Amino acid sequence: MALSADEVRHVARLARLALTDAEVEALAPQLSQILAYAEQVGEVAAQDVEPTTHPFALRDVSRPDEPQPSLPREDVLAAAPHAEQDRFGVPRIVSEEG
Amino acid sequence: MSATTMSGEPISATTAAEHGVDLLQGDTGEWELVVGLEVHVELQTRTKMWCGCSTDFGADPNTNVCPVCTGQPGALPVVNEQAVRDATLLGLALNGEIAPICRFHRKNYFYPDLAKNYQISQYDVPLVNDGWLDVEVPTGDGQSVSRRVRIERLHMEEDTGKSLHVGDTGRLHGADRSLIDYNRCGIPLLEIVSRPDIHDADTAQAYLRELQSIVRATGVSDARMEEGSIRCDANVSVRRPGDELGTRTEIKNLNSIRSLGRAIAYEAQRQIGVIEDGGTIVMETRHWDEGRGVTETLRVKESVTDYRYFPDPDLVEITSPAEKVEAIRTLLPELPAASRARLGEAGVTPEQAAAIIATGLLPWFDDAVAAGADGAAAANWLVGDIAGQLSAEGLRIEAAGLTGAHVAELIALIEDGTLSTKLAKQVVAGVIDARGAKGPAQVAEDQGLRQVSDEGELRTIVEQVVAANADTVEAIRGGNDKAIGALVGQVMKETRGQADPRKTNELLREVIG
Ligand SMILES: [Zn+2]
Repeated sequence: MALSADEVRHVARLARLALTDAEVEALAPQLSQILAYAEQVGEVAAQDVEPTTHPFALRDVSRPDEPQPSLPREDVLAAAPHAEQDRFGVPRIVSEEG
Repeated sequence: MSATTMSGEPISATTAAEHGVDLLQGDTGEWELVVGLEVHVELQTRTKMWCGCSTDFGADPNTNVCPVCTGQPGALPVVNEQAVRDATLLGLALNGEIAPICRFHRKNYFYPDLAKNYQISQYDVPLVNDGWLDVEVPTGDGQSVSRRVRIERLHMEEDTGKSLHVGDTGRLHGADRSLIDYNRCGIPLLEIVSRPDIHDADTAQAYLRELQSIVRATGVSDARMEEGSIRCDANVSVRRPGDELGTRTEIKNLNSIRSLGRAIAYEAQRQIGVIEDGGTIVMETRHWDEGRGVTETLRVKESVTDYRYFPDPDLVEITSPAEKVEAIRTLLPELPAASRARLGEAGVTPEQAAAIIATGLLPWFDDAVAAGADGAAAANWLVGDIAGQLSAEGLRIEAAGLTGAHVAELIALIEDGTLSTKLAKQVVAGVIDARGAKGPAQVAEDQGLRQVSDEGELRTIVEQVVAANADTVEAIRGGNDKAIGALVGQVMKETRGQADPRKTNELLREVIG
């Protein structure tokens, strides 16, 4: 299936990516190829096969509610682009999502 | 396109008429209010939903953080089994169906309080479906009416980190940067979505209060609105009776049960005003301003938000076979509705029963009754003077060291005439001062608080008072019956308030003749 330029722009907007027209033009056929690749799965999917989200036959992987050590705060904040008051400093939030 | 639930079925709402709720009167006719509530409950597990980081509330910023809860590449989340048990228990308490198989989805999310850029939540198959809650709505005349609110779903997800907005104003608007503490990020969160079965503010408040009581009874959370361990958003719309559902707005920032009621009442009138003036309601999120008592646009939802949910490939499905569900069902405690019925049978009024349950005093009530106290008397003292003194001192009952046995002992001292009600209140203060190290009998003895009801002792004092107040006695004999109050006051003064008022009255009348 071939994606239109508008569809690429829509997907980009959902992912909060700003694309130039040239990028949209280049990405449309690439994304279409990826979709076509994924569609091949549909060719082997039979009616008697349940849709699955995993390649493994695993269920109910869980852990007991027992605290484990967290990271030292210096290590945590070392990953922050900007640290202030022992917190991660980020550009101001434009609007809040719940 | 007509409105649908998350699982795609058309939304069905009850009507105000079915619930016996009055319609709202506009300038152009009658309107029906339709409200659904989304309630978030933070679980009180020891660790987070997907990692072993502690959930300790007061920890220093970013000290309960690891690669999983900050979404580092390659980190793998693993489900907290206690969180699933807690969610199942609450689902059963809300009369829900537990899904035999459920799974987790990623919900795309672009705010920095979740470092992964997505929230792990549940989408097409939540853990719990189709519950309901019967709520008792006060009718203002001391009576109440029972209304059923259906619950569409209960699902598991994770909380976000906490943001601090800094810059010019300290508020979100005008802040130039935000500081994030990820300690709360990843704490297990349950979302409970009601059907739009609520048609007035009173029922909305009763639903939230009842849900809060049930959460506390199951022990999965302390459900404190002021601390954010229970939060509520309201979806509000209006329609002409019999019409399709109107466009709804979502109200956020409801910080108390009172705010919920006020915000719904305001928003209903606002929407009716807009439509009657020829306008249309925009699908949007609105912010409740408690100080000004208004809702304001936070952001407009230009289209149905596309969160691009997809199954989380890092997590596997959770199964709930019947035997597991039934084992959890056996852990269900007595729920508030049953507690209320039981308290009613013990002679407690509905208002006091509701107060005992809502304030978590039920164990103290039960202990007092087990120690021999009369139910009505125990309820009176617990929600009356004891609650009043505790609140004045800013103490919780456990911190004050007061036990149910103390309450029973206090009531016994009143019943056998040792204490008057007035003295008993002083004794309560004494027990609280001692933080429970001394019981009521000990406090009464130490402070010499004992009602003078000994006939001989009291008669002597009464005779002295009568002799010293000849004018008043004359007035009483002359028919001014009310004047006896002055003499009772004198006797009380002589006994430092410890005379038995009833007996004093009797003796005065006898001596005056
Ligand atoms: Zn963690």
